[in-house]
Amino acid sequence: MFELDNWQEIFATISKNKLRTFLTGFAVAWGIFMLIILLGSGNGIENGVREDFKDDAVNSLWFYGGTTSLPYNGIKEGRDIRFHNDDFEYIKEQIEGTEYITNRRNIWNAATSFKNETGRYMMRCTTPEHVELEGSIMDEGRFVNEDDVTHSRKVIVIGKQVRNDLFKDGNALGEFINVMGIMFKVVGVFSDEGSEREERIMYIPISTGQTVFGWSGRTRLDNILLTVGDASLVETSYIAWQINNYFARKYNFDPEDRRAIYIRNNVENFQKVSSMFQNIRYFIWCIGIGTILAGIVGISNIMMIVVKERTREIGIRKALGATPFSIVSLILTEAIFITSIAGYIGLLLGVSLLEFLSNNLEGVDMFKNPQVDFKIAIGSTLMLIFFGILGGFVPAQRAASIEPVIALREE
Amino acid sequence: MIKLVGLNKYYYLGKTPLHVLKDVDLEIGSGELVSIMGSSGSGKSTLLNILGILDSYQSGEYYLDNHLVKDLSQRKAAKYRNQFLGFIFQSFNLLNYKTAVENVALPLYYQGVPRKKRNALAMEYLEKVNLLDRAEHLPSELSGGQQQRVAIARALIANPKVILADEPTGALDSETSNEVMNLFRMVNKEGITVVIVTHENEIAAQTDRLIRLRDGVIDHHVVQNQTSG
Repeated sequence: MFELDNWQEIFATISKNKLRTFLTGFAVAWGIFMLIILLGSGNGIENGVREDFKDDAVNSLWFYGGTTSLPYNGIKEGRDIRFHNDDFEYIKEQIEGTEYITNRRNIWNAATSFKNETGRYMMRCTTPEHVELEGSIMDEGRFVNEDDVTHSRKVIVIGKQVRNDLFKDGNALGEFINVMGIMFKVVGVFSDEGSEREERIMYIPISTGQTVFGWSGRTRLDNILLTVGDASLVETSYIAWQINNYFARKYNFDPEDRRAIYIRNNVENFQKVSSMFQNIRYFIWCIGIGTILAGIVGISNIMMIVVKERTREIGIRKALGATPFSIVSLILTEAIFITSIAGYIGLLLGVSLLEFLSNNLEGVDMFKNPQVDFKIAIGSTLMLIFFGILGGFVPAQRAASIEPVIALREE
Repeated sequence: MIKLVGLNKYYYLGKTPLHVLKDVDLEIGSGELVSIMGSSGSGKSTLLNILGILDSYQSGEYYLDNHLVKDLSQRKAAKYRNQFLGFIFQSFNLLNYKTAVENVALPLYYQGVPRKKRNALAMEYLEKVNLLDRAEHLPSELSGGQQQRVAIARALIANPKVILADEPTGALDSETSNEVMNLFRMVNKEGITVVIVTHENEIAAQTDRLIRLRDGVIDHHVVQNQTSG
């Protein structure tokens, strides 16, 4: 079957029936191309969103102060709820199941300068464990430590982008930068996997921020953040519920009031997104299988037309001494050859397009590394070829086994 | 060479079977040049197709070179067609995407003859039918007479024992018909049995024996041109 002579016979028929060859090949190449694009895009979106989640610990609970929306104990709604240092200490000491816990006080657009370079950046006043929640990666030096907080040191940790803006290629560690008129010593530079935005942030000890920038009471906090280790969603929700009740008691608001404080439960969010991706994956597979089926039907259809068109030729060949096997193998080898080449082309085009997108969509959120599992791509190509050929085998077999006189009558 | 004993052939088109060949007994000797005539529907083409193992029959026996041809496997049928028989059709039945020389060489492809050798042999046979200069032409670039000569070369190349021709001159003018008949006679002189189905008296007159079919029955034999047999 694989003798050179047979191949010459096949190449002769292929090169002399270009339209038929093109149509068969196009159906296959298009099907594979679409499948690759589809699977790749699905993966791209999933990778993009997962990347987004890398920004923060996925097992974290975030608490934000809010405004009461329900009257409670004779107090009208519309009261602002703000956290304080003692709340942070209480949760840290009394609530079980927390792993890392930290807090934040934010200063938006802090005017910053070093020598002639200036910029405005977000500055967060926080505690050492923040580094665990944010997932910051220390490139140089260290993060804010306990001593910094205890002694309200004027030290600062800056993001990579801030460092590039202010110091260019020069040394940053140990230098003093001016933030809103006060000099801070740079003790660390960090980067963040999540996004560049995170690298335009600066961190100072919470105590320093509260003291130096002189806010009322000097104990106020904007957020309290904590991680729950590997607690389940139910356990996490219980922790959130306990903390919510603590705040409700302390600040005298209705525990059912969803606006008095805001709770962001990343465990829950992550599970939601994960199950959403599960569904998207099912959906893409449904469409993918549909595409393959359509391709199979398309190939079978073309094969049937090919066989019909060649019935007379089959009759002639049989009259000249062709066995049914030689006829079926001629038609099928030709079809396998065309569909394999076309499938490969479709595969190549699809993968190339994904590669191109992947390289040119660096800055795009929610879409990253649109890739396909090569095994799946090859597997579906082979499946398409196999079933397509199987669809052509039946009519070929039938045409090859009818009496030659009937085949010869075909016009 | 060919022997039919009580052969019956039916076609099942509607509810009642059509009895096309009725108890046909026939013997054609080696090296004969025979024509079969009859009005349309007399079963002459069916008879030729059965002789060529292109069609099956229901009862009776058909011996080709002393081999019983009945309920053959497809493989065996293919082998017999390839080794014993050469076909000539009214509509030539050349493969339109193959050149003359490729068409002629095709039977040898199914015998497993290497490409070079079969193309060389095909050129010899094209020379025999005087078409050497058209070897690389496609059928569509050839006249009817030339196409039929290509078909004859193709029928001859496998060195068959019997040539079966179904209205070989039906689509040709009288001049080219004569050329084709001359070829048949030449082939016959080399010892190959030739059976021609025709409805033209001039063609039949050039054969050794004329078999007349009427309604599926052999009406009579006419022996003529004794000399060339």
